[in-house]
Amino acid sequence: MSDAVSPLNGAKYEGFVTVKAMGLQGMITFRGDLSAAKVKKAVKTVAGTDMPGQRECHMSGDTGVAWMSPDELLIFVPYADVDAKLDELHKALEGQHFLAVNVSDARAMFHLEGNGAREVIAKLSPVDMSPNAFGPGEIRRTRLAQIPAAFWMPDTTSVQIVCFRSVAEYGFNLLKTAAEPGSEVGMFA
Amino acid sequence: MLILTCPCCGVAGEETEFAAGGEAHLKRFGPGSDDDQFHDYLFMKENPKGVHLERWRHANGCGKWFLAARNTVTMEVYGTYAAQTYEPPKEIKDKISAKVPGWSWREFS
Repeated sequence: MSDAVSPLNGAKYEGFVTVKAMGLQGMITFRGDLSAAKVKKAVKTVAGTDMPGQRECHMSGDTGVAWMSPDELLIFVPYADVDAKLDELHKALEGQHFLAVNVSDARAMFHLEGNGAREVIAKLSPVDMSPNAFGPGEIRRTRLAQIPAAFWMPDTTSVQIVCFRSVAEYGFNLLKTAAEPGSEVGMFA
Repeated sequence: MLILTCPCCGVAGEETEFAAGGEAHLKRFGPGSDDDQFHDYLFMKENPKGVHLERWRHANGCGKWFLAARNTVTMEVYGTYAAQTYEPPKEIKDKISAKVPGWSWREFS
């Protein structure tokens, strides 16, 4: 079998924050009735965390669940386990109306690390990034300049971004430009 | 610039995160209707100076459709509400009445 490779193969940029293209991450997009007890239970067994509430994101390492819309979740699992986890989901939810698809290779993920991480996002998205408006535990689906993206904060100085693989390079270039040394605004410092 | 609050995901986002979808509360006339009805459905759209009810989609977000009541002159947004409604909810109508007494939009006022 051919080797799976992440879109930018671990590219890295050191600006006033570190921009890193992340490696392979298993992702399952799930659609269904999120309030159903069966669904809650199945998601918990697969992802290991509770069902997130509106715009919440429960992540620990490379597993977790993010709330994408009133009927959609993005489930994170280790890349190698995706097929097994999908089988598990299908088995647990047999007879239920739902959809679960492996989208691991259709997404790109970036990681921003540094004190200016909020600022880099604020330059590119129409989102209030002040610490009292957005923080760890939340996910925000929005746009990054011209492409759709979603991001969350694993801790107060880092941001994780997920976007479509087809626009991975555009996304990386955007983040690089926004993180260029000397372009700090100091808005949230 | 409009600031709309998506009733589906609760995000208060600015205009560029959303996509406008034309007039709200359209009654569709398709097969079985006569030519005049179909013509009116297709072409006779409201284009008011003032209170307007519109469809919007949270395109760069949760992707859901919703309806919004706003003013095309002052750019004020009176409120947003679920797409699965036949008329604007009472609190939004009251809010509009408080700002624009005697307003009307198609059959609503």
